[in-house]
Amino acid sequence: MGFLDRFLKQPSWGVHPDDHKRPAADVPLRHLPPPERIYMPLHQHVGGAARPVVLVGQQVRKGQLIAEAQGNISAPIHAPVSGTVFAIGDVTAPHPSGLPLKAITIDADFRNDWVEADIPADPFALAPEDIAKRAAAAGVVGLGGATFPSAVKFALGKRLKVSTLIVNGGECEPYLSSDDRIMRDFADQVVDGARLVMHAIGAREALVGIEDNKPEATAAMRKAAAPYPEVKICPVPTRYPMGSDKQLIQTLTGKEVPSDARAAEVGVLVHNVSTCAAVHKAIRLGQPLVERIVTLNGGAIAQPGNIYAPLGTMIGDLLAFVGLKETPARLILGGPMMGTPLLHDRIPLVKGASGILAFNAREASKPDAGPCIRCGTCADACPMGLLPMEMAARIRVHDLEGAETFALADCISCGCCAYVCPSHIPLVQYFSHAKGELSNNERAKLRGEATKRLTEAKMARIERENQEKAAAAAKRKAEREAAKAAAEAASQQAQGETA
Amino acid sequence: MSQDFGTPVAAPHATTSNNTTRIMATVMLALAPSTLYGFWLYGWPSIYLWLITIAAALFGELFFLRLRDKDATPVLLDGSAVLTGWLLAVSLPPWAPWWIGAFGGLFATTLGKQAFGGLGQNLFNPAMVARVALLISFPVQMTAWVSPAPLFSAAAPGAIDGLMIFFKGITPAYDALSSATTLGFAKTELSRGVDLLQSAAQAPALSFFGNRSGSLGETAAWLIGGGGLVMLFLRIISWHIPVAMLVGIGLPAAILHAADPARYLDMGSHLLSGGAMLGAFFIATDYVTSPNSPVGKLVFGAGCGLLTYIIRTWAGYPEGMAFAVLLMNSLTPIIDTYFKPRIYGRDRRGAPLPTNN
Repeated sequence: MGFLDRFLKQPSWGVHPDDHKRPAADVPLRHLPPPERIYMPLHQHVGGAARPVVLVGQQVRKGQLIAEAQGNISAPIHAPVSGTVFAIGDVTAPHPSGLPLKAITIDADFRNDWVEADIPADPFALAPEDIAKRAAAAGVVGLGGATFPSAVKFALGKRLKVSTLIVNGGECEPYLSSDDRIMRDFADQVVDGARLVMHAIGAREALVGIEDNKPEATAAMRKAAAPYPEVKICPVPTRYPMGSDKQLIQTLTGKEVPSDARAAEVGVLVHNVSTCAAVHKAIRLGQPLVERIVTLNGGAIAQPGNIYAPLGTMIGDLLAFVGLKETPARLILGGPMMGTPLLHDRIPLVKGASGILAFNAREASKPDAGPCIRCGTCADACPMGLLPMEMAARIRVHDLEGAETFALADCISCGCCAYVCPSHIPLVQYFSHAKGELSNNERAKLRGEATKRLTEAKMARIERENQEKAAAAAKRKAEREAAKAAAEAASQQAQGETA
Repeated sequence: MSQDFGTPVAAPHATTSNNTTRIMATVMLALAPSTLYGFWLYGWPSIYLWLITIAAALFGELFFLRLRDKDATPVLLDGSAVLTGWLLAVSLPPWAPWWIGAFGGLFATTLGKQAFGGLGQNLFNPAMVARVALLISFPVQMTAWVSPAPLFSAAAPGAIDGLMIFFKGITPAYDALSSATTLGFAKTELSRGVDLLQSAAQAPALSFFGNRSGSLGETAAWLIGGGGLVMLFLRIISWHIPVAMLVGIGLPAAILHAADPARYLDMGSHLLSGGAMLGAFFIATDYVTSPNSPVGKLVFGAGCGLLTYIIRTWAGYPEGMAFAVLLMNSLTPIIDTYFKPRIYGRDRRGAPLPTNN
């Protein structure tokens, strides 16, 4: 397979699902009026959760720090609206488990009262570390979905020699168009943000990869980047998962990121277009990350499109804004290929949420899984060159080590294999399960080793203490005997004297 | 509003419209032209044989699924049993008696497939397992060929006569139609000490268009090849196995024929007769029993081709394709182990690429 692809110079990996991006992508951006109450989760990024720095009942202004970063990999949280802190309690996490997540609830006062901003006169005169510091303080995280704190990535770029910034405008997930909208409506912000990131990481050029199904975005970005020759707009073939950093790096630079290594190790760093726009706002306007564009799409939505909304808005409020034609059969946070199914709509909008999809029954229907016919379509589609059917065959019989030898750890969970499988086997589910199991085993092993080490240390300590006790006892005994002997000698001497 | 959306399902939430049944149906459509041509060429008995072989294959599958207490309907509807019966039927002598088709069809789906655990689990191609079992058990019936007597022509048996032939064997009225295939003829002549240059004059006509004696659906190389090309363009199969297999047969044939034309048949005869084309496009490409990586497929295809040539030329059977495919099927797990695609970010051996920054 892939014969025609190679012939047409198309990538041989990946899949080509119907993109379903239009008409939602072409509908002008709408602004959500601030809801009466927002729920700002403290953990909206990879790494440690933020720690609240406000009290219940406290007045906050829009953009005010309400929870500070905790640990090396973390990001602070700011108030998306001005108002009063109503509570610090639990909401449902944007996760299929429906587990609780700590959040700061704010009652909006609708005054849109921003905190005063600290705006540098010329950001390019700032030290690169200063850019990183400001981005970190503004709570900027990767907005493409990975939500890795951006400043940590900037620091990585400074530590390793990075010559190229890749700006990810791939947006390969079907249905989603929030990045498309950012590039169309805020191209200047994206380009400026990209130049600031270049400054922060010391890159010489920026390559903006945009899938060729977004001609309007490409045109807008070309126009915005025209004055800056170091920012190059590079249309890339529309193919899922083009928005995955490894695939985009390979397409734009021909470089391959070694397994177990980071992109910076081949001299590139990837940041999403929305992240670049957020960096622009953080540095140029002094505005922390408190709002984002989110795509609302899917067959159950009456007016699909892109909404500019404060973070912490309940998804139910967003759905009410765009209207529902029918009760959704499935609610998804993110795109259909990698998105998270949600239990209900009382879940707040978080930084990494690029889309909320409400699928109707037809879109949500999934055919029953059949037996694997070893057709190899999954292997042809895998962008990492893995053999999904071989891994699944081993996981099915609980041979997790066997699956590991097929480089299960290199799976990026993009869902290509499960998408193309003619037997509709839920391959990604197999792999997530196995990865979870393996990391549990790994943790258990480490715990076991730690316990063993502690036990051994305790035994050694007891042994040492016993020896010390014995030695002390022996010493005391010797001293006693010596004293006794001395006393006897003295008494004999005394007797001798008296005799 | 707050509502429950039921049990969450894992991503991806989108799926291909392709499915197993569609794949099987496409293969059957690609196989249809050469089969219909076979029907026209060999008349009613071949149609009855095709029907009973497929029916027996379906019955065998149903019987085993009942034994295993499984719901038979979805499995029977996936088309794999029909395809197995069909592939077996087109590889049988067109006027074979009914019990050949019945036994073969049953054998294919029971011992060839369900005994291993059903679709996707079998190590060997079920149709070829059945064909070889038949060839070894009933060598006379399995090498009784007839000359083409196109449907509705004067020499062809009608629907009723066809039924008689089908159930009672070839009656004396149709003895004149008995014939030999190109490969069988060459084998016999060589064993009689007649070299091919002399015997070629009486050789059964080799025709690209398939108007000669042979298996039910194997004679028309152009129709089989055409069906194969359709599958290639629809991406049901990849080019690796067919090309490697045809090269594996053609290359040694060309070399040895050039060296000694009196002893070795030419490349054209090898490629266009027997099961070479059917094997290359429809049998060896079976997903379940062939390797998955591109290089593995090339190795597998070349092995199938080479073994076919060797068995045809030096072994006791005139027909090598079925044996060759089965032998290579047994090597598929090993080929799969040794020829894996290169993983992104790793070298061919699976070690991470060096980092240089």
